[in-house]
Amino acid sequence: MAIKKFVVGNFYDEQVLFPAVKAVRKQGYKIHDVYTPFPIHGLDTAMGLRDTSLHTAGFIYGITGTTTAFSFITWAFTTDWPLNIGGKPFFALPAWIPIMFELTVLFAAVGMVLTFCYLCQLAPFVRKDHFNLRSTDDTFTMAIELNERSNEDEIISFLQRTGAQEVSVQSKETGWWLGRYDQDNRLYENRPEVIA
Amino acid sequence: MALLKYESQVRPPLVVGNKDYHQVTEDICRPVEAKPSKLWWIGFIISVGLLLFGVLSVTVEVIYGTGQWNLNKTIGWGWDITNFVWWVGIGHAGTLISAILLLFRQGWRTGVNRAAEAMTIFAVMCAGQFPIFHMGRVWNAFFVLPYPNTRGPLWVNFDSPLLWDVFAISTYFTVSLLFWYAGLLPDLATLRDRAREKWRKAFYGVAAFGWTGSTKHWQRHEALSLVLAGLSTPLVLSVHTIVSFDFATSVIPGWHTTIFPPYFVAGAVFSGFAMVQTLLLITRKVLNLEEYITIEHIEVMNKVIVLTGSIVGIAYLTELFMAWYSGVKYEWFAFAENRANVFSPYGWSYWLMMGCNVISPQIFWFKKMRRNILVTFFMSILVNVGMWFERFVIIVTSLYRDYLPSSWSTYYTPTIWEIGFYMGTFGLFFTCYFLFSKFFPVIAIAEIKHILKKNGDSYKEKMDVVERENVDEFAHAQAH
Repeated sequence: MAIKKFVVGNFYDEQVLFPAVKAVRKQGYKIHDVYTPFPIHGLDTAMGLRDTSLHTAGFIYGITGTTTAFSFITWAFTTDWPLNIGGKPFFALPAWIPIMFELTVLFAAVGMVLTFCYLCQLAPFVRKDHFNLRSTDDTFTMAIELNERSNEDEIISFLQRTGAQEVSVQSKETGWWLGRYDQDNRLYENRPEVIA
Repeated sequence: MALLKYESQVRPPLVVGNKDYHQVTEDICRPVEAKPSKLWWIGFIISVGLLLFGVLSVTVEVIYGTGQWNLNKTIGWGWDITNFVWWVGIGHAGTLISAILLLFRQGWRTGVNRAAEAMTIFAVMCAGQFPIFHMGRVWNAFFVLPYPNTRGPLWVNFDSPLLWDVFAISTYFTVSLLFWYAGLLPDLATLRDRAREKWRKAFYGVAAFGWTGSTKHWQRHEALSLVLAGLSTPLVLSVHTIVSFDFATSVIPGWHTTIFPPYFVAGAVFSGFAMVQTLLLITRKVLNLEEYITIEHIEVMNKVIVLTGSIVGIAYLTELFMAWYSGVKYEWFAFAENRANVFSPYGWSYWLMMGCNVISPQIFWFKKMRRNILVTFFMSILVNVGMWFERFVIIVTSLYRDYLPSSWSTYYTPTIWEIGFYMGTFGLFFTCYFLFSKFFPVIAIAEIKHILKKNGDSYKEKMDVVERENVDEFAHAQAH
């Protein structure tokens, strides 16, 4: 993964952050991401992020659960091994509703959580680099990506004008890798050059 | 705008002490990062002791069979199924607080949801053991799962409420666990980033799954929480409904009742909230979290207790009335002779149940009582005792005299191993809870921060100023 350079601004109040996000976007800078200690409603819209489709995925998983339960029980009780239980019909749909419901919920919940972890690239032993350790505590951290044409000093002073209390420039590998937080080794350091 | 102003005036603050974001983190992380107190060690050791007693009791039962539990020819579901239903019921408040109150946008849930969800998970773990060990040949417990087998293939009975239980409880456990853990991720990341010791960084680094608090992640996280809440809400209602089907679909007088599903659900919420009260009253005191689990939280939960307690009371009376009104003499016998008759062998348990569940919670109609910690604590224990006796009454008083008087049981007393198993689940529950309170934040840090600006002390103070000054200006400042 490429190493990129970022101008990182830290805000202490989300009410300063909102206008800052809008101003930065208006100015045409590319916001890499904003890290916040808690969900801030409307920030995703302010940043111009697409709404998540996790709901749709959940619906599909749920439907899969219902059909799995229904078709499996139908097959087991009408085709594979029809058994007379208390004179009930082999195809006893009302009696299957509880299990169909439970499997709907189970499939939807498990599927959604796995999808969530996959989309956000979250898993045990996944390590991601931080711009600011306090962004899980009380600071709202905005990272603006630099490219070869952007003027570093201009962005720094612009961020300061929008209300960022601390501004710094950091180089980070933006992706994720398998690693541990108690070990400080960064993969992009000391990585041997691969020569083709 | 007028509405917002009005709302903030009637609602007292949910986080007191003029906290800012950093203080919230400090306060909630402190018990996790500090060395455990002496009180914690004492509690933990007692819990582990109980757990070991439970392990011994279960071992005895597994070796010698369910005969060790004094179950007899009519009372086949003694303490074990009583405990099963009771523990499942305890769990329900957790899901109710975290899911239903999330859907209803109740801000006060944030102070108590984490502990309540943890309670759910531990309670369901305790509950699940009873039906499993009730099977006797516990090594064959996997027979309840539908898998291609060498016996036919003979499938499990999908028409049976006992199998619905298997699906309901396992789904409930899985979904509660996922919901709880997904909510924990951001807070574990907070702990990871604050960690100084190596082991802490490693432990929370693995546990937090690499959470950073990216906006996109938060957006998905919110969507996930909301949908999981939407799924858990019918799930929690379905679970106790299905548990009640274990009884309601049978033809035993006293069990064969259409009112059971809603009545069981209300009873579950009732006992669950009582358990949340018991736990949180201790937790807030021991971990110094009185500013987050305020007297307001306790009062609101007491309101839920008086509501659900009254629903349960009405259900008891309805059941009694229907037993008489149906004209089925067996049904009426079960109620009039086996239960309501004080001089019958188990009459005492029926009236104990009535006293604890129906009469005593009515004390919470008085505001002074709802806000009294000692009364609340005493009541929460009383309700849990009462709700245990409700399940005992349903099971034992319906079973001990069946249609055939020659097989009527003599008085049923539990053995030491049966009591030991129950005590053992208490041990398991509290061991888990103690470990949870040591290694995880007992209050959802991110969620508290989320409501801090709207429900904290300082906000309410600002609103008072606004009332005297300009409302529009304040509205403008609050709008993003």
